[in-house]
Amino acid sequence: MTTSVLVILAIVMFALVIFQLAKTTEFVAILRGEDKTRLESDRINSRLMVVFLVAGMAALFWSVAYFKKHMILESASVHGEWIDSMFNVTLLFTGVAFVLTQIALFYFAWRYKHTKDRKALYYPENNKLEMWWTIIPAMVLTTLVVIGLYRWFQITGPEPKDSNVVEITGKQFSWMLRYPGKDGKLGENRFEYITEGNGVGIDFNDPRSRDDFMPSEMHLVVNRPVLLRIKARDVIHDVGIPHFRVKMDAVPGITTRFWFIPTITTEEMRKKTGNPDFTYEIACDQLCGTGHFGMKGTIVVESQEEYDKWTSTQKSFYESGIQGTAEEKKFAEISMQLKNAEAAKANTTHE
Amino acid sequence: MSDPVINPPLNPVYTGDTTHRQDSTGEIHDHGHHEHHKDNFITKYIFSQDHKMIAKQFLITGMFWALVGGMLSVIFRVQLGFPNQAFPILETIFGKWAPGGIISPDFYYMLITMHGTILVFFVLTAGLSGTFANLLIPLQIGARDMASPFLNMLSYWFFFMASVVMLASFFLPQGASDVGWTAYPPLSAVHEASPGSGAGMDFWLIGMALFIFSSLLGGLNYITTVLNLRTKGMSMSKMPLTIWALLITAVLGLLSFPVLLGAAILLIFDRTIGTSFYLDNIFINGHALPNDGGNAILYQHLFWFLGHPEVYIVILPAFGLVSEVLATNARKPIFGYRAMILSLLAIAIIAFVVWAHHMFVTGLNPFVASVFVFLTLLVAVPSAIKVFNWIATVWQGNIKFAPAMLFAIGFVSMFISGGLTGIFLGNSALDIELHDTYFVVAHFHIVMGISAFFGMFAGVYHWFPKMYGRLMNNTLGYIHFWVTMVGAYMIFWPMHYMGLAGVPRRYYSFDAFQSFNMFGGLNEFITMAAMLVFFAQLLFLINFFYSIFYGRKLTNENPWQSNTLEWTTPIKTGHGNWPGDLPTVYRWPYDYSKNGDEYIPQTTPLREGETGGH
Repeated sequence: MTTSVLVILAIVMFALVIFQLAKTTEFVAILRGEDKTRLESDRINSRLMVVFLVAGMAALFWSVAYFKKHMILESASVHGEWIDSMFNVTLLFTGVAFVLTQIALFYFAWRYKHTKDRKALYYPENNKLEMWWTIIPAMVLTTLVVIGLYRWFQITGPEPKDSNVVEITGKQFSWMLRYPGKDGKLGENRFEYITEGNGVGIDFNDPRSRDDFMPSEMHLVVNRPVLLRIKARDVIHDVGIPHFRVKMDAVPGITTRFWFIPTITTEEMRKKTGNPDFTYEIACDQLCGTGHFGMKGTIVVESQEEYDKWTSTQKSFYESGIQGTAEEKKFAEISMQLKNAEAAKANTTHE
Repeated sequence: MSDPVINPPLNPVYTGDTTHRQDSTGEIHDHGHHEHHKDNFITKYIFSQDHKMIAKQFLITGMFWALVGGMLSVIFRVQLGFPNQAFPILETIFGKWAPGGIISPDFYYMLITMHGTILVFFVLTAGLSGTFANLLIPLQIGARDMASPFLNMLSYWFFFMASVVMLASFFLPQGASDVGWTAYPPLSAVHEASPGSGAGMDFWLIGMALFIFSSLLGGLNYITTVLNLRTKGMSMSKMPLTIWALLITAVLGLLSFPVLLGAAILLIFDRTIGTSFYLDNIFINGHALPNDGGNAILYQHLFWFLGHPEVYIVILPAFGLVSEVLATNARKPIFGYRAMILSLLAIAIIAFVVWAHHMFVTGLNPFVASVFVFLTLLVAVPSAIKVFNWIATVWQGNIKFAPAMLFAIGFVSMFISGGLTGIFLGNSALDIELHDTYFVVAHFHIVMGISAFFGMFAGVYHWFPKMYGRLMNNTLGYIHFWVTMVGAYMIFWPMHYMGLAGVPRRYYSFDAFQSFNMFGGLNEFITMAAMLVFFAQLLFLINFFYSIFYGRKLTNENPWQSNTLEWTTPIKTGHGNWPGDLPTVYRWPYDYSKNGDEYIPQTTPLREGETGGH
């Protein structure tokens, strides 16, 4: 506590010292003559422009090299590779523009500093030049748009026929997963059926739902497309899986989708990264409340055999969690209420 | 373009202040200076109708908010840089919000929400547009005041009321809003979704509604004034780029802010009277809500229909200020005046049709998204034109490095850096990877946060002598610039690296994720840089307030040897601006270094054989 106060006092004192020094330079300036002082500060500032440019560029390249291993995230999906190559193309174009314009700006600022014996050039416009620097960026951007949209439609297009389906539902502050079970089909779910016990509102009247299972960890088959059916039941969340370059909002009342093909198993990734604990993680990427930062899910990518073994050990949600419990009664009640309500509605519309 | 009319040199209905009407005994004053009318303290400093005083009110209120908003970011940076480390002083100051000296998640989310709200709206919209539109529009077009000084005064006081409401929300038992500055429902609509979704959100919505009134009253006035009150000879094509930028900004605000008001009103209905505009199928805290049939994404469309033009509302005034400062200090005409105006107009028009690029991963129809990709990347073209023109303005100049000029050059550098990353984000396929990561945080802080601040600083240093008749200390200005320039890059540049690794924004802590927890050292570095930059702003504040009272007195009414009209007014500019007749304009504002003259004010008649424009 006292140290904090002392630190703050020291900072304030430091500011006052700088202020006093700056005031004295003003008096010195008056004594020495303002023109002379201005010329000198022009000289210092113009030199700092170049120093900033050179040191800044050096720091940029050094820091990229230093952080490279952290920031280049190994892409582990098919479309992730497309996105990465698109990123590189974009980086190339923007990098060239960045370096050239920054150099021009700071170099000119240094080169054309004020001197008494020179006049600025009166050069108000040049339409030809304007035309060129309209056309060139327009062409570059057109290229980027074409590449981008080509990939965009591939990524957002319909999923392949042989895709596995996984339903993922966000709630404050965790993910709920549902797999279709042996029949390969997810049963219907309905908002009205949601209770604490039946978290995603599965409709157990739908026979397809009986073998659905709800594991705590997502398992995916390597090189096999998977379609995520994405839902939310309270506020907006977002399924973000950085290694697969997947991101899609989960919106209450709307089912969104995202399909992708994982290409690297968890095992391979552990070898590649040299990290024996490597795990694919699902993060929430849309602010969903004060527990947002802890909303994590995990994914295992494995071979078809391992996956089959895993699914065979999974118990149906209905059989293990609902059948014969108070939840089943509750479900039956809600089911009856809904039926009555629908019947009543049908009657009124009939009359 | 022929010169439209313009307010007569003598404006008999001019009633710049209410005392004037009472004092005058039917006699029409020949000119606008009212020094013989006694303004009392209240009419001069508080309920002033003088545009120059209102500008100062906006500026100083904006500076107060910048200090608050900046302080909030320093506090949450402490958590990000030094997670789980106890700083007992935080508990002493904030009590239950920082138990044991560690910021709580509730407090963290409140801080980031209010930081965003305050900086985007209260500082970079009201503080920037409010200050410079009020100060410069009448002075640079040669008018005695705004078209409606009274509405102008109301505009400030609505802003003040909005400020009071926002500030008060910090002291609510559950704290201020904590749902992000974008306030997406259902999080912002359902009281039990978050501590700040209760009374904090009510205050936030009321504060924003008042703010929007303020902004509309101001905007109407700016547009009317520019279109109707230009002095003789000041055709649209002779207006300084500052005025063009401020005019277009006002139009953008006028067309987009009402949509935000609509969004806010629907949200208020959902929160209070049980409507379901944005709500559907919500099960929270163990029970289902009755709301049915709404659409949460509707809010995002409405919000970003303002929200995107809003970033141009923030940056366009900076464009204008920087263009003016660059030309004046390079002693050279702005390069491509017409291209600059056309690109401003192009940006403004495109600004209205790119909003959904904030929504590429909401489940938006991919085809609709593709249209927005095209339009979004289109906006890079006029932006590029502006950058090239600024650089061409500096080329072959004779540059005087006043502090304002340093910030103008810094602005161009920042705008390049932040603008280019927009090309990544605007491309929907890349946005899948980068959306809501630190890459976005880096992008918008550089391109609209830091850039707009640099534009604002350039403006304050440049027009301080006009506002207060004194000079600011140059040395402090230089230190302020270089520390801020280097520090701002140190804060935001490395965030790109974190974003590429997929680190999401708005995370209180990265402990739970092995994918994101490797940037501990970098986060510490960023926090230290943020503190350094905040410290440099204190130097600016000291310089500003000290110079108001004790700065060196201005001896020359045109300290930068500038061409525009505001420098033809006396050092102590009275209400009404020009003591005699209004000035007449003969030429464009950028005749620098023409035919051997270093500068030729707009009021200098054309010489024989000289053509009007350029």
